[in-house]
Amino acid sequence: MIDYSKVLSSTVSEMKPSGIRKFFDLLQGRDDVVGLTVGQPDFVTPWHIREAGIDSLKDGKTYYTSNAGLEELRVEIANYLERRFSLKYDGASEVIVTVGGSEAIDLAVRACVEPGDEVIIPTPCFVCYEPCVRLAGGTPVILETKAKNNFKVDPEELRALITPKTKMLVLAYPNNPTGAIMTKEELEEIAEVIRDTNIVVLSDEIYSELTYGRKHTSFASIEGMHERTIVASGFSKSYAMTGWRMGYIAAPKILAKQMLKLHQYVIMCAPTTSQFAALEAVKNGDSDIEMMKEEYDRRRKYLLKRFAKMGIECFEPEGAFYAFPNIGKFGLSSEEFCERLLNEYKCAIVPGNAFGETGEGFARISYAYSIKHIDQALDRIEEFVKTI
Amino acid sequence: MDKILNLLEQNATYTVEQLAAMCDRDEDELRATIDKYEKDGVILGYQALVDWDKTDREYVSAFIEVKITPKHDFGYDKVARTISQYPEVQSVYLMSGVFDLAVLIEGKTLREVAYFVTHKLSTLEDVMSCSTHFVLRKYKDKGVEYRVPDADIRGEL
Repeated sequence: MIDYSKVLSSTVSEMKPSGIRKFFDLLQGRDDVVGLTVGQPDFVTPWHIREAGIDSLKDGKTYYTSNAGLEELRVEIANYLERRFSLKYDGASEVIVTVGGSEAIDLAVRACVEPGDEVIIPTPCFVCYEPCVRLAGGTPVILETKAKNNFKVDPEELRALITPKTKMLVLAYPNNPTGAIMTKEELEEIAEVIRDTNIVVLSDEIYSELTYGRKHTSFASIEGMHERTIVASGFSKSYAMTGWRMGYIAAPKILAKQMLKLHQYVIMCAPTTSQFAALEAVKNGDSDIEMMKEEYDRRRKYLLKRFAKMGIECFEPEGAFYAFPNIGKFGLSSEEFCERLLNEYKCAIVPGNAFGETGEGFARISYAYSIKHIDQALDRIEEFVKTI
Repeated sequence: MDKILNLLEQNATYTVEQLAAMCDRDEDELRATIDKYEKDGVILGYQALVDWDKTDREYVSAFIEVKITPKHDFGYDKVARTISQYPEVQSVYLMSGVFDLAVLIEGKTLREVAYFVTHKLSTLEDVMSCSTHFVLRKYKDKGVEYRVPDADIRGEL
């Protein structure tokens, strides 16, 4: 009989499943639960975008595109990045259309990181950076952001972690799970720390369109940072296109060229139907973004007001569609809090430690739900916290 | 234009507390504003959208194109208001084009609708002709699709 332990890669076998996954397994088959767990929009992709995808099929556009993606789409992505975030990229040579933002992250890491390299990852953060770095043979170095700093990267803490082996810094703002953003001034301080190094920045800006009150600043737009920044982004969150799996990378030509080789061998090209839908989104979807953003903002404000009434401390999230309330004062670990809330009050939220140890004492609450649904869940949380 | 009106048009069940929190407004001020909208006839009512096809209620509805006799010095208001008085009439619109009024009516049976058209509507002095179209199925009304909402099966990522 085959010995699978001899077959499977030890790097993969030793990789822990996502901490979010573990919690979701508890939810399986429970239809009595009101959850605020989902990390994707509750809107349907706007019809004109869906229609563009459908039309491409009707017109028989079922071929592979070029490896980097339809040139028209890449050019439009470059136009969009300039229009929205004052970024300058050559669509033909500096943009790669990927299968979601996730592939963009993987390409960036694998194109740069070698065994022995260190990658600084600020946490709490989305779950994929650490495994991607490990798969590339690199060493993740965790930078624990603090609630007192509103979960932003502190430049001095960053400086302290830099070694001669540091190859890459991950910046993921607006942030999942905290909803934190980093302003232009704060990013400039980060830029000062790395300006004279050979550290490349992977800036995951998938939530860049979802900021409330102030506009997103791309790290690549900070003076002198364009040359060392790989922007990973996509269509999922801004246009409610998660299922289309459309992401992209924008990076200086020399970096893009190497990432394109990886993409070419592993993926060939992103799905053509999705690329045509994305083309419509990026050309004519600015008003859709505004409509959805206004709705998220209303929910965000309502959520914060209710937390305040309940006496639950929550710093004001300025981006994405998550709030990250502090549940430390209830004397339970994040997992205990969330499991008891689930079992006793049938309400699901994600324990903060699923996004890194520094998330302990917090929970992620998604507001990609209707107000009615949010209200029901918050009623249950309110009842629960009264009892502890 | 006040965003509150859009929000209430989308969902009349929003409470003043919810609306105030969502829009950064003071609750008392907002309550007074909504009261004024009601008083001024800006907000005329709050209704549920019911898909009667999913119930055992027997009903038919029809869309009637009505042509009105043109008269000197006479607007359409008078006849439109008269038609609006009938309780079976759901909507009355003044239209551009080949007919003048669009009247949406609901009745229990086809016979009831037919009776309304032949005995009440077409006999009105100023009504020149009626063309009645029965509704076979409603797909969308007031911006809402008439179908069972999809279950939330978004992946937990």
